[in-house]
Amino acid sequence: MRFTKDHEWVSLEGDVATVGITAYAAEQLGDVVFVETPEAGKSVKAGDNMAVVESVKAASDVYAPISGQVVEGNAALGDAPETVNDQPEGLGWFAKIKIADKAEYEALMDRAAYEDFLQSL
Amino acid sequence: MSDETLKTTPLYEAHVAAGARMVPFAGYSMPVQYKDGVLKEHLWCREHAGLFDVSHMGQARLRGVSPLSAFEEVTPGDFIGLKPGKQRYSVLLNKTGGIIDDLMAARPDDDGLFVVVNGACKDNDFKVIDNELAGQVKIERLENRALMALQGPEAAAVLAAHIPQATQMVFMDSKSLEGFGTDVILSRSGYTGEDGYEISVPASEATRVWNLLCEDERVRPIGLGARDSLRLEAGLPLYGHDVDESVSPIEADLAFSVSVKRREARDFPGAARIAKELAEGAPRKRVGLKVLEGAPAREGAEIADEGGAVVGVVTSGGFSPSLSSPIAMGFVPPALAAPGSKLKVIVRGKAQAAEVVKMPFVPHRYVRKL
Repeated sequence: MRFTKDHEWVSLEGDVATVGITAYAAEQLGDVVFVETPEAGKSVKAGDNMAVVESVKAASDVYAPISGQVVEGNAALGDAPETVNDQPEGLGWFAKIKIADKAEYEALMDRAAYEDFLQSL
Repeated sequence: MSDETLKTTPLYEAHVAAGARMVPFAGYSMPVQYKDGVLKEHLWCREHAGLFDVSHMGQARLRGVSPLSAFEEVTPGDFIGLKPGKQRYSVLLNKTGGIIDDLMAARPDDDGLFVVVNGACKDNDFKVIDNELAGQVKIERLENRALMALQGPEAAAVLAAHIPQATQMVFMDSKSLEGFGTDVILSRSGYTGEDGYEISVPASEATRVWNLLCEDERVRPIGLGARDSLRLEAGLPLYGHDVDESVSPIEADLAFSVSVKRREARDFPGAARIAKELAEGAPRKRVGLKVLEGAPAREGAEIADEGGAVVGVVTSGGFSPSLSSPIAMGFVPPALAAPGSKLKVIVRGKAQAAEVVKMPFVPHRYVRKL
Protein backbone atom coordinates (compact mmCIF):
# COMPACT_ATOMS: atom_id res chain seq x y z
CA MET A 1 0.00 0.00 0.00
CA ARG A 2 1.22 3.52 -0.82
CA PHE A 3 0.17 6.91 0.55
CA THR A 4 -0.07 10.59 -0.37
CA LYS A 5 0.44 13.72 1.70
CA ASP A 6 -3.29 14.38 1.26
CA HIS A 7 -3.92 11.19 3.26
CA GLU A 8 -5.12 8.92 0.48
CA TRP A 9 -3.99 5.34 0.12
CA VAL A 10 -3.44 3.23 -3.00
CA SER A 11 -3.31 -0.53 -3.18
CA LEU A 12 -2.22 -1.98 -6.52
CA GLU A 13 -3.22 -5.32 -8.04
CA GLY A 14 -2.09 -5.76 -11.63
CA ASP A 15 -2.91 -2.44 -13.26
CA VAL A 16 -5.96 -1.70 -11.08
CA ALA A 17 -5.44 0.55 -8.07
CA THR A 18 -7.92 0.57 -5.18
CA VAL A 19 -7.90 3.97 -3.50
CA GLY A 20 -9.34 5.42 -0.30
CA ILE A 21 -8.58 7.74 2.59
CA THR A 22 -6.29 6.78 5.44
CA ALA A 23 -7.30 5.96 9.00
CA TYR A 24 -5.72 9.27 10.03
CA ALA A 25 -7.88 11.19 7.53
CA ALA A 26 -11.02 9.36 8.61
CA GLU A 27 -10.31 10.15 12.25
CA GLN A 28 -9.72 13.82 11.42
CA LEU A 29 -12.98 14.04 9.48
CA GLY A 30 -15.06 12.54 12.23
CA ASP A 31 -18.31 10.71 11.57
CA VAL A 32 -18.80 10.40 7.83
CA VAL A 33 -22.44 10.91 6.84
CA PHE A 34 -22.25 11.11 3.05
CA VAL A 35 -19.84 9.98 0.35
CA GLU A 36 -19.90 10.80 -3.36
CA THR A 37 -17.72 8.37 -5.30
CA PRO A 38 -16.71 8.76 -8.97
CA GLU A 39 -18.56 7.05 -11.80
CA ALA A 40 -16.99 4.29 -13.87
CA GLY A 41 -15.35 5.60 -17.01
CA LYS A 42 -14.23 8.90 -15.55
CA SER A 43 -10.62 9.81 -16.32
CA VAL A 44 -8.68 11.28 -13.44
CA LYS A 45 -5.25 12.81 -13.08
CA ALA A 46 -3.34 12.56 -9.82
CA GLY A 47 -4.43 15.52 -7.70
CA ASP A 48 -7.84 15.97 -9.36
CA ASN A 49 -10.96 16.13 -7.25
CA MET A 50 -12.22 12.57 -7.41
CA ALA A 51 -14.78 12.22 -4.64
CA VAL A 52 -16.42 14.10 -1.79
CA VAL A 53 -16.68 12.97 1.80
CA GLU A 54 -18.94 14.77 4.25
CA SER A 55 -19.09 14.81 8.03
CA VAL A 56 -21.91 16.42 10.03
CA LYS A 57 -19.95 19.65 9.96
CA ALA A 58 -18.29 19.92 6.56
CA ALA A 59 -17.70 18.62 3.05
CA SER A 60 -14.14 17.69 2.02
CA ASP A 61 -12.72 16.90 -1.39
CA VAL A 62 -10.88 13.65 -1.93
CA TYR A 63 -8.14 13.85 -4.56
CA ALA A 64 -7.18 11.11 -6.95
CA PRO A 65 -3.88 9.78 -5.62
CA ILE A 66 -2.98 8.36 -9.02
CA SER A 67 -3.89 8.93 -12.70
CA GLY A 68 -6.05 6.60 -14.74
CA GLN A 69 -9.60 5.63 -15.56
CA VAL A 70 -12.16 4.82 -12.89
CA VAL A 71 -13.47 1.28 -13.30
CA GLU A 72 -15.71 1.33 -10.22
CA GLY A 73 -16.83 3.63 -7.44
CA ASN A 74 -17.70 2.02 -4.12
CA ALA A 75 -21.51 2.07 -4.35
CA ALA A 76 -21.82 0.45 -0.91
CA LEU A 77 -20.76 3.74 0.70
CA GLY A 78 -24.02 5.32 -0.48
CA ASP A 79 -26.03 3.37 2.08
CA ALA A 80 -23.26 2.90 4.64
CA PRO A 81 -21.00 5.97 4.67
CA GLU A 82 -19.89 5.07 8.21
CA THR A 83 -17.80 2.27 6.65
CA VAL A 84 -15.23 5.00 5.91
CA ASN A 85 -14.75 5.43 9.68
CA ASP A 86 -15.03 1.74 10.55
CA GLN A 87 -12.70 0.36 7.89
CA PRO A 88 -11.01 3.28 6.14
CA GLU A 89 -8.20 1.20 4.66
CA GLY A 90 -10.43 -1.76 3.77
CA LEU A 91 -14.16 -1.89 2.94
CA GLY A 92 -14.26 1.89 3.07
CA TRP A 93 -12.41 2.21 -0.25
CA PHE A 94 -13.61 4.93 -2.63
CA ALA A 95 -12.74 3.79 -6.15
CA LYS A 96 -10.85 1.35 -8.34
CA ILE A 97 -8.74 3.04 -10.97
CA LYS A 98 -7.08 1.44 -13.99
CA ILE A 99 -3.73 3.16 -13.87
CA ALA A 100 -1.75 4.52 -16.78
CA ASP A 101 1.72 4.67 -15.29
CA LYS A 102 3.08 2.40 -12.60
CA ALA A 103 5.91 4.85 -11.93
CA GLU A 104 3.33 7.16 -10.31
CA TYR A 105 2.58 4.41 -7.80
CA GLU A 106 6.23 3.75 -7.09
CA ALA A 107 6.79 7.45 -6.41
CA LEU A 108 4.24 7.54 -3.57
CA MET A 109 5.20 7.08 0.11
CA ASP A 110 5.35 3.61 1.59
CA ARG A 111 3.82 3.05 5.04
CA ALA A 112 7.01 3.83 6.95
CA ALA A 113 7.44 7.10 5.06
CA TYR A 114 3.77 7.98 5.61
CA GLU A 115 4.04 7.24 9.34
CA ASP A 116 7.08 9.55 9.47
CA PHE A 117 5.07 12.18 7.61
CA LEU A 118 2.23 11.90 10.16
CA GLN A 119 4.74 12.33 12.98
CA SER A 120 5.94 15.56 11.37
CA LEU A 121 2.43 17.11 11.36
CA MET B 1 -6.13 34.86 12.05
CA SER B 2 -3.02 33.50 13.70
CA ASP B 3 -3.21 31.63 16.98
CA GLU B 4 -1.29 34.35 18.79
CA THR B 5 -4.12 36.83 18.35
CA LEU B 6 -6.84 34.43 19.48
CA LYS B 7 -8.43 35.03 22.84
CA THR B 8 -9.23 32.20 25.21
CA THR B 9 -12.14 31.68 27.57
CA PRO B 10 -11.62 30.85 31.27
CA LEU B 11 -12.38 27.21 30.33
CA TYR B 12 -9.60 26.82 27.74
CA GLU B 13 -7.49 24.51 29.91
CA ALA B 14 -10.51 22.36 30.75
CA HIS B 15 -11.24 21.91 27.03
CA VAL B 16 -7.69 20.90 26.22
CA ALA B 17 -7.64 18.50 29.18
CA ALA B 18 -10.86 16.90 27.88
CA GLY B 19 -9.25 16.25 24.48
CA ALA B 20 -11.00 19.03 22.58
CA ARG B 21 -10.05 20.00 19.06
CA MET B 22 -9.67 23.77 19.30
CA VAL B 23 -10.52 26.05 16.37
CA PRO B 24 -10.73 29.82 15.89
CA PHE B 25 -14.28 31.11 16.35
CA ALA B 26 -15.40 34.71 16.89
CA GLY B 27 -11.82 35.64 17.76
CA TYR B 28 -11.50 32.92 20.38
CA SER B 29 -9.89 29.51 20.45
CA MET B 30 -12.96 27.33 21.00
CA PRO B 31 -13.66 23.58 21.15
CA VAL B 32 -15.30 22.40 17.91
CA GLN B 33 -15.54 18.86 19.28
CA TYR B 34 -14.23 16.61 22.01
CA LYS B 35 -13.17 12.96 21.76
CA ASP B 36 -16.70 11.69 21.07
CA GLY B 37 -17.04 13.69 17.86
CA VAL B 38 -19.90 15.82 16.55
CA LEU B 39 -22.40 13.03 15.88
CA LYS B 40 -22.18 11.36 19.30
CA GLU B 41 -22.05 14.70 21.12
CA HIS B 42 -25.18 15.83 19.30
CA LEU B 43 -27.12 12.68 20.18
CA TRP B 44 -25.86 12.74 23.77
CA CYS B 45 -27.29 16.23 24.23
CA ARG B 46 -30.65 15.14 22.80
CA GLU B 47 -30.77 12.14 25.17
CA HIS B 48 -28.94 13.24 28.31
CA ALA B 49 -27.23 16.53 29.16
CA GLY B 50 -24.59 18.45 27.23
CA LEU B 51 -22.35 21.17 28.65
CA PHE B 52 -21.26 24.01 26.37
CA ASP B 53 -18.75 26.78 26.92
CA VAL B 54 -20.29 29.96 25.48
CA SER B 55 -18.05 32.37 27.34
CA HIS B 56 -17.10 34.02 24.03
CA MET B 57 -20.56 35.59 24.02
CA GLY B 58 -20.89 39.16 25.24
CA GLN B 59 -22.45 39.61 28.68
CA ALA B 60 -23.26 43.08 29.93
CA ARG B 61 -25.36 45.10 32.33
CA LEU B 62 -27.28 48.10 31.05
CA ARG B 63 -27.99 50.54 33.83
CA GLY B 64 -29.67 53.93 33.89
CA VAL B 65 -32.71 55.84 35.05
CA SER B 66 -34.99 53.69 32.87
CA PRO B 67 -32.91 51.12 31.01
CA LEU B 68 -35.98 49.11 29.93
CA SER B 69 -37.62 51.94 28.02
CA ALA B 70 -34.23 53.03 26.67
CA PHE B 71 -33.62 49.53 25.29
CA GLU B 72 -36.84 49.81 23.29
CA GLU B 73 -35.14 52.49 21.17
CA VAL B 74 -32.83 49.89 19.60
CA THR B 75 -35.10 46.80 19.61
CA PRO B 76 -38.73 46.00 18.66
CA GLY B 77 -39.44 44.12 21.90
CA ASP B 78 -41.73 45.02 24.77
CA PHE B 79 -39.07 45.62 27.40
CA ILE B 80 -41.13 48.02 29.49
CA GLY B 81 -43.39 45.03 30.00
CA LEU B 82 -40.51 42.69 30.90
CA LYS B 83 -41.24 41.48 34.41
CA PRO B 84 -38.57 40.89 37.06
CA GLY B 85 -37.22 37.36 36.77
CA LYS B 86 -37.98 37.09 33.03
CA GLN B 87 -35.82 36.98 29.91
CA ARG B 88 -36.71 37.91 26.35
CA TYR B 89 -35.22 37.08 22.94
CA SER B 90 -34.82 40.17 20.80
CA VAL B 91 -32.97 41.75 17.92
CA LEU B 92 -30.85 44.87 17.68
CA LEU B 93 -32.12 46.78 14.63
CA ASN B 94 -30.48 49.24 12.27
CA LYS B 95 -32.28 52.24 10.77
CA THR B 96 -33.63 50.17 7.88
CA GLY B 97 -34.97 47.37 10.05
CA GLY B 98 -32.03 45.05 9.39
CA ILE B 99 -30.75 42.88 12.21
CA ILE B 100 -27.45 44.04 13.76
CA ASP B 101 -27.52 41.05 16.11
CA ASP B 102 -29.91 38.79 17.97
CA LEU B 103 -29.71 38.68 21.76
CA MET B 104 -31.19 37.76 25.10
CA ALA B 105 -32.11 40.46 27.60
CA ALA B 106 -33.23 39.68 31.12
CA ARG B 107 -34.10 41.04 34.55
CA PRO B 108 -32.49 38.48 36.87
CA ASP B 109 -32.55 41.03 39.70
CA ASP B 110 -33.00 44.78 40.26
CA ASP B 111 -29.66 45.67 38.68
CA GLY B 112 -30.79 47.06 35.30
CA LEU B 113 -30.94 44.81 32.25
CA PHE B 114 -28.65 41.79 31.78
CA VAL B 115 -27.94 41.19 28.08
CA VAL B 116 -26.13 38.40 26.24
CA VAL B 117 -25.11 38.97 22.62
CA ASN B 118 -23.19 36.96 20.01
CA GLY B 119 -19.43 36.73 20.44
CA ALA B 120 -18.58 37.77 16.90
CA CYS B 121 -20.84 40.85 17.15
CA LYS B 122 -20.31 41.98 20.72
CA ASP B 123 -17.85 44.85 20.19
CA ASN B 124 -20.06 46.42 17.52
CA ASP B 125 -23.29 45.73 19.45
CA PHE B 126 -22.11 47.52 22.57
CA LYS B 127 -20.77 50.40 20.47
CA VAL B 128 -24.16 50.75 18.76
CA ILE B 129 -26.04 50.61 22.07
CA ASP B 130 -23.60 53.08 23.60
CA ASN B 131 -24.02 55.50 20.67
CA GLU B 132 -27.79 55.22 20.38
CA LEU B 133 -28.53 55.31 24.08
CA ALA B 134 -25.81 57.75 25.15
CA GLY B 135 -26.86 59.58 28.30
CA GLN B 136 -29.64 57.06 28.97
CA VAL B 137 -27.81 53.87 29.81
CA LYS B 138 -24.35 52.98 30.94
CA ILE B 139 -22.97 49.66 29.73
CA GLU B 140 -20.81 47.51 31.93
CA ARG B 141 -19.34 44.63 29.96
CA LEU B 142 -18.99 41.61 32.22
CA GLU B 143 -15.70 40.34 30.87
CA ASN B 144 -14.91 38.83 34.23
CA ARG B 145 -17.77 36.33 33.86
CA ALA B 146 -17.89 33.00 32.07
CA LEU B 147 -21.05 31.58 30.49
CA MET B 148 -21.91 27.93 30.04
CA ALA B 149 -25.03 26.18 28.80
CA LEU B 150 -26.32 22.92 30.23
CA GLN B 151 -28.79 21.47 27.75
CA GLY B 152 -30.79 18.30 27.34
CA PRO B 153 -33.59 16.28 28.94
CA GLU B 154 -31.46 15.48 32.00
CA ALA B 155 -30.14 19.03 32.46
CA ALA B 156 -32.75 19.99 35.06
CA ALA B 157 -32.08 16.92 37.22
CA VAL B 158 -28.33 17.50 36.99
CA LEU B 159 -28.56 21.15 37.99
CA ALA B 160 -31.08 20.48 40.78
CA ALA B 161 -28.33 18.67 42.71
CA HIS B 162 -26.41 21.96 42.87
CA ILE B 163 -29.16 24.59 42.67
CA PRO B 164 -32.47 23.14 43.94
CA GLN B 165 -34.46 26.26 43.06
CA ALA B 166 -33.51 25.86 39.37
CA THR B 167 -36.35 23.37 38.98
CA GLN B 168 -38.81 26.08 40.07
CA MET B 169 -37.93 28.15 37.00
CA VAL B 170 -39.65 27.80 33.61
CA PHE B 171 -38.42 28.53 30.10
CA MET B 172 -37.15 32.13 29.84
CA ASP B 173 -37.03 32.70 33.58
CA SER B 174 -33.87 34.46 34.74
CA LYS B 175 -32.58 34.75 38.28
CA SER B 176 -29.56 35.96 40.21
CA LEU B 177 -28.86 33.47 42.97
CA GLU B 178 -26.26 31.71 45.06
CA GLY B 179 -25.09 28.43 43.62
CA PHE B 180 -21.90 26.37 43.42
CA GLY B 181 -20.72 28.53 46.33
CA THR B 182 -20.65 31.65 44.19
CA ASP B 183 -22.94 34.18 42.55
CA VAL B 184 -24.79 32.85 39.53
CA ILE B 185 -26.98 34.50 36.91
CA LEU B 186 -29.17 31.62 35.81
CA SER B 187 -31.70 31.43 33.00
CA ARG B 188 -33.76 28.48 31.83
CA SER B 189 -33.00 28.80 28.12
CA GLY B 190 -30.46 27.83 25.50
CA TYR B 191 -29.98 27.35 21.79
CA THR B 192 -30.45 23.65 21.20
CA GLY B 193 -34.25 23.29 21.35
CA GLU B 194 -33.86 21.22 24.52
CA ASP B 195 -34.76 22.14 28.05
CA GLY B 196 -31.75 23.52 29.86
CA TYR B 197 -30.01 26.45 31.45
CA GLU B 198 -27.49 29.16 30.74
CA ILE B 199 -25.22 29.63 33.72
CA SER B 200 -23.17 32.80 34.18
CA VAL B 201 -20.49 32.60 36.88
CA PRO B 202 -17.40 34.63 37.80
CA ALA B 203 -14.50 33.68 35.49
CA SER B 204 -12.44 32.63 38.49
CA GLU B 205 -15.06 30.00 39.41
CA ALA B 206 -15.73 28.72 35.88
CA THR B 207 -13.38 25.74 35.77
CA ARG B 208 -14.51 24.50 39.17
CA VAL B 209 -18.20 24.71 38.16
CA TRP B 210 -17.49 23.11 34.76
CA ASN B 211 -15.64 20.20 36.38
CA LEU B 212 -18.34 19.73 39.02
CA LEU B 213 -20.98 19.44 36.31
CA CYS B 214 -18.80 17.11 34.22
CA GLU B 215 -18.41 14.78 37.21
CA ASP B 216 -22.08 13.86 36.76
CA GLU B 217 -22.20 10.85 34.45
CA ARG B 218 -25.24 12.27 32.67
CA VAL B 219 -23.14 15.24 31.47
CA ARG B 220 -20.68 15.40 28.60
CA PRO B 221 -18.96 18.45 27.15
CA ILE B 222 -20.27 19.39 23.70
CA GLY B 223 -18.34 21.39 21.10
CA LEU B 224 -19.37 24.06 18.63
CA GLY B 225 -19.85 21.48 15.88
CA ALA B 226 -22.77 19.83 17.65
CA ARG B 227 -23.98 23.19 18.94
CA ASP B 228 -24.46 24.14 15.28
CA SER B 229 -26.25 20.93 14.25
CA LEU B 230 -28.46 21.10 17.37
CA ARG B 231 -29.58 24.69 16.72
CA LEU B 232 -30.13 23.86 13.03
CA GLU B 233 -32.48 21.01 13.97
CA ALA B 234 -34.20 23.39 16.39
CA GLY B 235 -34.81 25.81 13.49
CA LEU B 236 -32.89 28.59 15.25
CA PRO B 237 -31.04 31.07 13.03
CA LEU B 238 -27.32 31.68 13.42
CA TYR B 239 -26.23 35.31 13.16
CA GLY B 240 -23.77 35.97 10.33
CA HIS B 241 -25.14 33.00 8.39
CA ASP B 242 -28.95 32.99 8.36
CA VAL B 243 -29.30 36.56 9.53
CA ASP B 244 -27.33 39.72 8.83
CA GLU B 245 -27.83 43.50 8.59
CA SER B 246 -29.79 43.19 5.33
CA VAL B 247 -32.38 40.83 6.83
CA SER B 248 -35.46 42.04 8.71
CA PRO B 249 -37.05 40.07 11.57
CA ILE B 250 -40.06 39.41 9.33
CA GLU B 251 -37.92 37.93 6.55
CA ALA B 252 -36.01 35.92 9.14
CA ASP B 253 -39.23 34.36 10.49
CA LEU B 254 -38.62 36.18 13.77
CA ALA B 255 -41.84 38.22 13.72
CA PHE B 256 -42.51 37.09 17.29
CA SER B 257 -39.66 39.38 18.36
CA VAL B 258 -41.67 42.41 17.19
CA SER B 259 -44.13 42.97 20.03
CA VAL B 260 -47.78 43.69 19.29
CA LYS B 261 -47.66 46.90 21.30
CA ARG B 262 -44.62 48.15 19.36
CA ARG B 263 -46.19 47.22 15.99
CA GLU B 264 -48.93 49.72 16.72
CA ALA B 265 -46.58 52.36 18.08
CA ARG B 266 -44.08 51.93 15.21
CA ASP B 267 -41.43 53.43 17.47
CA PHE B 268 -38.39 51.27 16.70
CA PRO B 269 -35.61 51.49 14.06
CA GLY B 270 -36.80 50.47 10.61
CA ALA B 271 -40.44 50.44 11.73
CA ALA B 272 -41.67 51.60 8.31
CA ARG B 273 -40.14 48.62 6.52
CA ILE B 274 -41.18 46.14 9.17
CA ALA B 275 -44.78 47.44 9.29
CA LYS B 276 -44.96 47.19 5.49
CA GLU B 277 -43.64 43.62 5.54
CA LEU B 278 -46.11 42.68 8.28
CA ALA B 279 -48.99 44.13 6.25
CA GLU B 280 -48.02 43.05 2.73
CA GLY B 281 -45.61 40.18 3.31
CA ALA B 282 -41.81 40.21 3.08
CA PRO B 283 -40.05 39.78 -0.28
CA ARG B 284 -38.29 36.66 1.03
CA LYS B 285 -38.75 34.25 3.90
CA ARG B 286 -36.44 32.07 5.92
CA VAL B 287 -37.70 28.50 5.59
CA GLY B 288 -36.67 25.01 6.61
CA LEU B 289 -35.77 22.54 3.88
CA LYS B 290 -35.69 18.80 4.04
CA VAL B 291 -33.24 17.59 1.40
CA LEU B 292 -34.87 14.47 0.00
CA GLU B 293 -31.91 13.00 -1.91
CA GLY B 294 -28.17 13.24 -2.25
CA ALA B 295 -25.59 15.24 -0.37
CA PRO B 296 -26.15 17.75 2.43
CA ALA B 297 -26.83 21.25 1.04
CA ARG B 298 -24.62 23.66 2.92
CA GLU B 299 -24.36 27.44 3.24
CA GLY B 300 -24.18 29.08 -0.19
CA ALA B 301 -25.94 26.31 -2.14
CA GLU B 302 -28.50 27.74 -4.55
CA ILE B 303 -32.20 26.96 -4.21
CA ALA B 304 -34.16 26.51 -7.46
CA ASP B 305 -37.82 26.08 -8.26
CA GLU B 306 -39.11 22.96 -10.02
CA GLY B 307 -38.42 24.60 -13.40
CA GLY B 308 -34.77 25.08 -12.46
CA ALA B 309 -34.83 28.87 -11.96
CA VAL B 310 -32.71 30.00 -9.02
CA VAL B 311 -35.03 31.47 -6.38
CA GLY B 312 -32.91 31.60 -3.25
CA VAL B 313 -29.91 30.43 -1.30
CA VAL B 314 -29.16 28.06 1.56
CA THR B 315 -27.88 30.00 4.57
CA SER B 316 -27.07 27.02 6.75
CA GLY B 317 -27.38 23.34 6.23
CA GLY B 318 -25.89 20.02 7.01
CA PHE B 319 -26.69 16.55 8.18
CA SER B 320 -29.25 16.12 10.93
CA PRO B 321 -28.02 13.45 13.36
CA SER B 322 -31.49 13.11 14.92
CA LEU B 323 -33.29 12.62 11.60
CA SER B 324 -30.39 10.90 9.78
CA SER B 325 -31.00 13.09 6.76
CA PRO B 326 -29.74 16.37 5.34
CA ILE B 327 -31.61 19.50 6.42
CA ALA B 328 -31.10 23.16 5.63
CA MET B 329 -32.50 26.61 6.07
CA GLY B 330 -32.51 29.31 3.45
CA PHE B 331 -34.41 32.21 1.92
CA VAL B 332 -37.08 31.86 -0.78
CA PRO B 333 -39.85 34.09 -2.19
CA PRO B 334 -43.11 33.96 -0.18
CA ALA B 335 -44.92 32.09 -2.98
CA LEU B 336 -42.55 29.15 -2.40
CA ALA B 337 -42.33 29.40 1.37
CA ALA B 338 -45.33 27.29 2.40
CA PRO B 339 -44.61 23.87 3.91
CA GLY B 340 -44.87 21.25 1.19
CA SER B 341 -43.43 23.50 -1.54
CA LYS B 342 -41.25 21.43 -3.86
CA LEU B 343 -37.82 22.91 -4.53
CA LYS B 344 -34.33 21.90 -5.64
CA VAL B 345 -31.04 22.51 -3.94
CA ILE B 346 -27.98 22.72 -6.18
CA VAL B 347 -25.01 20.84 -4.71
CA ARG B 348 -21.84 20.66 -6.80
CA GLY B 349 -23.85 21.30 -9.96
CA LYS B 350 -26.48 18.66 -9.23
CA ALA B 351 -30.12 19.57 -8.61
CA GLN B 352 -31.43 17.55 -5.66
CA ALA B 353 -35.08 17.37 -4.60
CA ALA B 354 -35.98 19.29 -1.45
CA GLU B 355 -39.19 20.27 0.29
CA VAL B 356 -40.12 23.17 2.51
CA VAL B 357 -40.97 21.87 5.98
CA LYS B 358 -42.19 23.56 9.12
CA MET B 359 -39.48 24.35 11.65
CA PRO B 360 -38.29 23.20 14.10
CA PHE B 361 -37.11 20.04 12.37
CA VAL B 362 -36.93 18.39 15.80
CA PRO B 363 -39.60 19.45 18.33
CA HIS B 364 -38.59 21.91 21.05
CA ARG B 365 -38.77 20.53 24.56
CA TYR B 366 -38.83 23.73 26.58
CA VAL B 367 -40.39 23.53 30.03
CA ARG B 368 -43.02 26.26 29.86
CA LYS B 369 -45.12 25.13 32.84
CA LEU B 370 -44.22 23.41 36.08
